[in-house]
Amino acid sequence: MLAKRIIPCLDVKDGRVVKGTNFEGLRDMADPVEMARFYNTSGADELVFYDITASVEGRNLFTDILRRVAGEIFIPLTVGGGIRTLDDFDRVLKCGADKVSVNSGAIADPSLIAAAAKKYGDQCVVLSMDVRRVDGQFRLFAKGGRVDTGIDAMEWAARGVGDGAGEIVLNSIDTDGVKNGFDLEMLDALAQRVSVPIIASGGAGNMEHFAQLFTHPGIDAGLAASIFHSKQVDIKDLKRFLRARGVEMRI
Amino acid sequence: MIAIVDYGVGNLFSLSSSLKALGLETEVTRDAAALRAADRVILPGVGAFGDARAKLDATGLVPVIREEAAKKPLLGICLGMQLLFDRGFEYGEHPGLGLVPGQVVDLHNDLEDKTLKVPHMGWNSLRIVKDDPLFRYFNDGEYVYYVHSFYARDCEASTLGTSQYGNVDVTGVVRCGNVYGTQFHPEKSGDAGLRLLKAFAEL
Repeated sequence: MLAKRIIPCLDVKDGRVVKGTNFEGLRDMADPVEMARFYNTSGADELVFYDITASVEGRNLFTDILRRVAGEIFIPLTVGGGIRTLDDFDRVLKCGADKVSVNSGAIADPSLIAAAAKKYGDQCVVLSMDVRRVDGQFRLFAKGGRVDTGIDAMEWAARGVGDGAGEIVLNSIDTDGVKNGFDLEMLDALAQRVSVPIIASGGAGNMEHFAQLFTHPGIDAGLAASIFHSKQVDIKDLKRFLRARGVEMRI
Repeated sequence: MIAIVDYGVGNLFSLSSSLKALGLETEVTRDAAALRAADRVILPGVGAFGDARAKLDATGLVPVIREEAAKKPLLGICLGMQLLFDRGFEYGEHPGLGLVPGQVVDLHNDLEDKTLKVPHMGWNSLRIVKDDPLFRYFNDGEYVYYVHSFYARDCEASTLGTSQYGNVDVTGVVRCGNVYGTQFHPEKSGDAGLRLLKAFAEL
């Protein structure tokens, strides 16, 4: 059977990996190519790179880094950040990305998912969502979690999958950076709504949180950044721990 | 030299990079002479069966691939592997290259547990059912990376390895003479995948 996936996420700004807490106060962490090598040898099942650069120079630096990573790391690579058009898909796919994650770009242009899925296949299009509870509703946020779109996140997910998104990354703003565990309630709600793989993001603080996550059906992968980057949790140890708890893991 | 057939489907960056990382000489090409000169051929592919077959036909390389497959090792990867079979049923029935007996059918139809997600996407363990030089550096049960919704069936005699998904033994690796195929992506399967490619280069 398919193994559950452990995915480190690298937020890249101006050629460096950064990770904030609740999306505020970014702090520099390390060199992305070095980190990709480290994660490849420590058993990461996939790598996610988010380009959080605003400038053109930063964007070019990002695609250079991507090309270098894809030239030597042979596991699936997902790329997101600043994906607004099919040209953006093309730009990162040519540099070695396997999947492209869309977030605000799909909110700004809801036809983007369908167009990309038609051109590159469903498996290539990942819908990434930043979601927070507002008035008892799971609400979709845009612009890195800063702007309330007023859209119901579960409706948005169902629509995205209908348009051809092959996978969903659900990042709970409510639990992001808090390290108290994944947002299992929000994830369950999504798993009941869609039948594509779900990648849980936001809230992992220790190994037990991943064990809890994978007892929930319909969750395929756990994504985290700071706990891996800080080496607070080692991916090899985590995978051994989860396998011992009966979770199928690639070791 | 390993020729990678370029027929306009899919991204060949990772595949050529992985072969380069193994120190192997590669050429991404749609030139018949280059396929004839190569000592191995890789047929890649992502997308839908019928569309890929049409694009491959448009290159005029199908007769060359058939000729060369009789003389040297050929490896089909993912959709490139599916094209090796007699026929495929993705969006209608389409003829394959007929280099490996069998057919390519919708995985969802054969799954008893309809809650299992299709595409079959992610890392699955590959069980070796018939030993082969391709597995020289590969251990039984290692994980490989799959992304597909259709799979090859009725090809037991050619099957070298399978991965279990629900009640279905997904055909993972096939061989018929010089012709090999992997449903998974060795160029995305980490170290285990690189070792398979290395063994292919040494066949």
